[in-house]
Amino acid sequence: MSPSAFAWFHRFGSAPFVYRLAGRLAPWLGAACVAALLAGLWLGLVVAPADYEQGESYRIIYVHVPAAWMSMFVYTVMAVSSAVFLIWRLKLADIIAAASAPIGAGFTLVALVTGSLWGKPMWGTWWVWDGRLTSELLLLFLYLGYMALRGAFEQPRTAEKAAAILAVVGVVNIPVIHFSVEWWNTLHQPATITKLDKPSMHPSMLRPLLLMVLAFQLLFFVNLATRVRSGILRREARAAWVAELAAGKGSDNGGGTDRADRNGSERASAHVGGAAASGASEHG
Amino acid sequence: MADFLHMGGYAAYVWSSFGLTLLVLGGIVAGSMIELRRVRAETFRRARTTRRSRR
Repeated sequence: MSPSAFAWFHRFGSAPFVYRLAGRLAPWLGAACVAALLAGLWLGLVVAPADYEQGESYRIIYVHVPAAWMSMFVYTVMAVSSAVFLIWRLKLADIIAAASAPIGAGFTLVALVTGSLWGKPMWGTWWVWDGRLTSELLLLFLYLGYMALRGAFEQPRTAEKAAAILAVVGVVNIPVIHFSVEWWNTLHQPATITKLDKPSMHPSMLRPLLLMVLAFQLLFFVNLATRVRSGILRREARAAWVAELAAGKGSDNGGGTDRADRNGSERASAHVGGAAASGASEHG
Repeated sequence: MADFLHMGGYAAYVWSSFGLTLLVLGGIVAGSMIELRRVRAETFRRARTTRRSRR
């Protein structure tokens, strides 16, 4: 690895940098998420025509499919971060995995319940124990198990490692969910969108779906950024940079570069004189 | 408008799906923000008090 690449990697592993970066990104991600969500809802609920087979009930797809995709995507993020944490002992990776779990569990719950609400009018039943539904339910239990494990040990180190191992082992469920509609006979309809060669959805119906997928994706990253900030603060509670933030020095989200911030606070303390002296003694 | 709300007779299924989604995702967003505010207040308060006691 070249020295500059290493510096870059090191910077991204540094807690104050990630804390501020996440704080700076969150509002933009949030605004983009709201925009995609409003456009997706408008196009999906109002503009898109009814389905010739399923009537208006098919509109549940606009929340069901994005939630189901995100339930698998978030789990993959959690499993990969957990593997990185186990292999390289990168604390940030564990923080990302822990922050992902409740968000992923939420998406899984939405996928399961909206699927049930769609199944009742279309299949005549709320639930069947087939491959797709059962493996998605297992996914919910994997998320819940991960969160329960983190709270189940007195030693945080043990809890982190045990939960990370569960997340990595549980990733075998992801391909099972994906291929379940091909491997087993099921009521669940096969993939609609991923057949890119011959998409079976009309663009007027596909466009809102892709917007909703984008909105859910952005929603995940906004929440991940916010929760990672909480996780970093919790782990770094005694670090010097947190103490400086607590004392009102430096920006909480890095408005401006780090160096400009530091210069700014030095200049400010030089100007107030007496206060600067007491500030200096606080460092000692 | 009435037609829109009626959803071709599937109103109960469609609107409860969207309502539940809004509820769960809104809960996650609120949870993230409340947690950060609480952790930040707690951590900063403790950082300030340990500093003062060190002086």
